Amino acid sequence: MALRTLINRKTLTTTVPLGFRGLQTFSLPDLPYDYGALEPAISGEIMQLHHQKHHQAYITNYNKALEQLDAATTKGDASTVVKLQSAIKFNGGGHVNHSIFWNNLAPVHEGGGEPPKGSLGWSIDNSFGSLEALIQKMTTEGAALQGSGWVWLALDKEFKRLVVETTANQASCVLLFLQDPLVTKGPSLVPLLGIDVWEHAYYLQYKNVRPDYLKNIWKVINWKYASEVFEKENP
Amino acid sequence: MASTQGFSLSARSSNENVAAKIELKAPPYPLDALEPHMSRKTLEFHWGKHHRSYVDNLNKQIVGTELHGKTLEAIIVNTYNKGDLHPSFNNAAQVWNHDFFWESMKPGGGGVPNGELLELIKRDFGSFEEFEKEFKTAAATQFGSGWAWLVYKAQDNKLLVIKTPNAVNPLVLDYYPLLTVDVWEHAYYLDFQNRRPDYLSVFMENLVSWEAVSSRLQLAKAQAAQT
Repeated sequence: MALRTLINRKTLTTTVPLGFRGLQTFSLPDLPYDYGALEPAISGEIMQLHHQKHHQAYITNYNKALEQLDAATTKGDASTVVKLQSAIKFNGGGHVNHSIFWNNLAPVHEGGGEPPKGSLGWSIDNSFGSLEALIQKMTTEGAALQGSGWVWLALDKEFKRLVVETTANQASCVLLFLQDPLVTKGPSLVPLLGIDVWEHAYYLQYKNVRPDYLKNIWKVINWKYASEVFEKENP
Repeated sequence: MASTQGFSLSARSSNENVAAKIELKAPPYPLDALEPHMSRKTLEFHWGKHHRSYVDNLNKQIVGTELHGKTLEAIIVNTYNKGDLHPSFNNAAQVWNHDFFWESMKPGGGGVPNGELLELIKRDFGSFEEFEKEFKTAAATQFGSGWAWLVYKAQDNKLLVIKTPNAVNPLVLDYYPLLTVDVWEHAYYLDFQNRRPDYLSVFMENLVSWEAVSSRLQLAKAQAAQT
């Protein structure tokens, strides 16, 4: 494995030429902190790989799928359009989920780990009893998730309450209704906080011990961002 | 929550416990035997922690239930429950999948098979290269965790490549498994990080035990002829 070199934040916006129809393509967002800034909870090595390799790959493949979709749509090739849906859902979902995730984390000296105040803090106490109870629930569900996926704290706008949900692979929180037809509340879910429990999110540091990763990640959770999203939906 | 239909929690006599426990089988080679293609460190974690956990957790789940005392294969088919997975399916199938995976590899493995297996691969895929491409593509495009397989479909007397998510395996899909590669990230992350395609190339070039695949094919055809 690579030596531990000095790890710095890098700007990695890749510009992709727009198609002749002005097709929107996506590029890797910067992290709001250095790769090493979340240590010791999450190693700089993991942050760099996770951002530069995994997230970038989702974006690259998402852009490719969108270009293929554009071509197929133009040609009226319905079966290709349908066949591309899983690649779009997977790679687009991966891009969306990871973009949220980077904002869900913050170095300790920038407020990482500080409990939520204001209306989100109050709502958490109301919905789960306490912040500790919410953390316990998300940790337990994240640890129990089979295979790859995410554990979310989301706001259900329709019923005006906070919920904890898990999604498989890169399914988006807002697409929950597609995974379980009995659940129709998917589109009204606003993700506030997502924790990546794919093995790539923790393996180099925590190996098979996902529960230790989940125990430690709370030290760098950026509740300020979650609060901002929450307050925007609840003015 | 999964339903408990068919899985009563009646107590079993203690002398069945010892015989009924699912065991962790060791790979058929030392943990460093696949170096440098698959590191000892990977085997220590993958076999010593992940595979061992599946075994331990399965035993905890089945003790005192009707599953206790059944063979691993029977537990897998039972708990697959036609896709409505019972909680112990994941552990049971993953125990079996990993046994099968270790036995799919050998030191000095890889390359090209010979004999009847090679002929059938050529017949059903066009060429060995086309088989290899299809197998590696299936393994590379399994979104999330899962496995890629070479299987024998008895009804059609044909070899196929399939990919499965998480713990699902060909036993529950009515195919005879011949070869597998684990594409859960824990299988390759220490050695290859995100580079799953590199892992797959190394697997094909250096690790596949074609002897194991051939003997499984012989067994599959013999079993298929009996049914």
